[in-house]
Amino acid sequence: MNIGEILLGLWNKSGFAQVITGFVSNNGWQNLVMLVIACVLLYLAIVKKFEPLLLVGIAFGCLLTNLPGAGLYNQALWDAYVQGVPYTNAAGEVIEHITFTTIIHDGGLLDIFYIGVKSSLYPCLIFMGVGAMTDFGPLLSNPKSLLLGAAAQLGVFVAFFGAVLLGFTGKEAASIGIIGGADGPTAIFLTSRLAPHLLGAIAVAAYSYMALIPLIQPPIMNLLTTPEQRKIKMVQTRQVSKTEKIIFPIVVTIFVAMLLPDTAPLIGCLMLGNLFKETGVTDRLSDTVQNALMNIVTILLSTAVGATMIGSRFLTPETLKIVLLGVIAFGISTAGGLLGGQVMCALTKGKVNPLIGSAGVSAVPMAARVANVQGQKANPSNFLLMHAMGPNVAGVIGSAIAAGFLLSVFG
Amino acid sequence: MYFKMPVGEALVYALLGYVVVFFGISLLMAVVMIMGKIFIAKDKKAAAAKAAAAPAAAAPVEAPKPTAPGSAGELKLHDVEPKTAAMLMAIVADKMGKPLNELRFISIKEVK
Repeated sequence: MNIGEILLGLWNKSGFAQVITGFVSNNGWQNLVMLVIACVLLYLAIVKKFEPLLLVGIAFGCLLTNLPGAGLYNQALWDAYVQGVPYTNAAGEVIEHITFTTIIHDGGLLDIFYIGVKSSLYPCLIFMGVGAMTDFGPLLSNPKSLLLGAAAQLGVFVAFFGAVLLGFTGKEAASIGIIGGADGPTAIFLTSRLAPHLLGAIAVAAYSYMALIPLIQPPIMNLLTTPEQRKIKMVQTRQVSKTEKIIFPIVVTIFVAMLLPDTAPLIGCLMLGNLFKETGVTDRLSDTVQNALMNIVTILLSTAVGATMIGSRFLTPETLKIVLLGVIAFGISTAGGLLGGQVMCALTKGKVNPLIGSAGVSAVPMAARVANVQGQKANPSNFLLMHAMGPNVAGVIGSAIAAGFLLSVFG
Repeated sequence: MYFKMPVGEALVYALLGYVVVFFGISLLMAVVMIMGKIFIAKDKKAAAAKAAAAPAAAAPVEAPKPTAPGSAGELKLHDVEPKTAAMLMAIVADKMGKPLNELRFISIKEVK
């Protein structure tokens, strides 16, 4: 037994040795930069409270995936899976056809987590939880607010066009554009199908900007509305019956899934979750979907998405372009919703406060709260929250339809 | 500059996408509106039937409860405990910086 050889072997296997020896040749420096970025994201999540429930997992996934030698996530394995090319594993065996079974056998822990992203399982389950937490009552009592959810998808298509101008492919541009929908699960759902190599950057941009909505939206709201308009008080909407709330998810599922079948997984899960909540006979399921299931899936989803943030893929000019296009998408979506609100305000002769249009960007319920706060700043006795919830939940449906369109065109 | 997708084609997709979202949402809005109209009509019918049945029963009409001196009317509570309602009204008055007796609360409903 040679102790020196054992120690040398241990050293050579360690991540420290791999960083030092491969600092230049194997892009070891990129791993170190990504570890710093992971720590910055953890700081933002823990100290600044930027979407902590998701960002902590994403940041830690990023940290784990960039630890040299840990082999928790194998990008080459997923590239072979996506491109349908042979893969050579650590033992030197060539695998001709990669399947999820191969990934479970040859992949690391985060590869196994990532199967749920690639198969769209996690985004759909998250949508089920969102559905179980959503009250569509305000939307049902004022169906016209659905149009604001459509108007606020403007940023999706402007950012898509902008991404094409910046040299991205159609699939990549579609994935970047959906950031403007301000809906994390939809962005992950679409990107994992169209441009999985951009998943980390798009998810980080989407969730970071969602956390920054109280900072991004108010200047645009003040710019596109007058103080008098912001003071407008809206009248109370009608009471919605329980039966109506039960029928709604069934009607929406049939209608939207038949119109755009590619949206069926997202809309189906969103509405199933909502049906659990509204029936009154599935309280246990509703509770599980809203809490336990949602929490478990959030852990798996966030860690798996963070795992895709590999240095060689993330530290590129494309990431900066995505970050830039993301904020443009958010801003233009807000402006689109506000312009829709302005049209409604004009058509109803001042009965609709245009501020509620900004809530059409999805991001439930943060965007509705921001609309309420801005309304109260103009007039402290103005309570827009319930009125803004209509466009807000309409935005979820709108972004799912936008994703369905992009998927049917580029998928 | 080299584009990976023809710019004209991208513009058409962008415009078409926005139109499709509006089209889908507009159709959905129409369905929801029809649904709402059916339910409103049903509720009206039920209310009318109830009103018609009321004189037949000839139940003695209870005089409305007198409101407390200085109050602005009755407050309707929907799934909210009176204690919670009192707390909410106090918070709203505090946030608005106005005395509670200058505000009128019409109804308080729990948002689920």
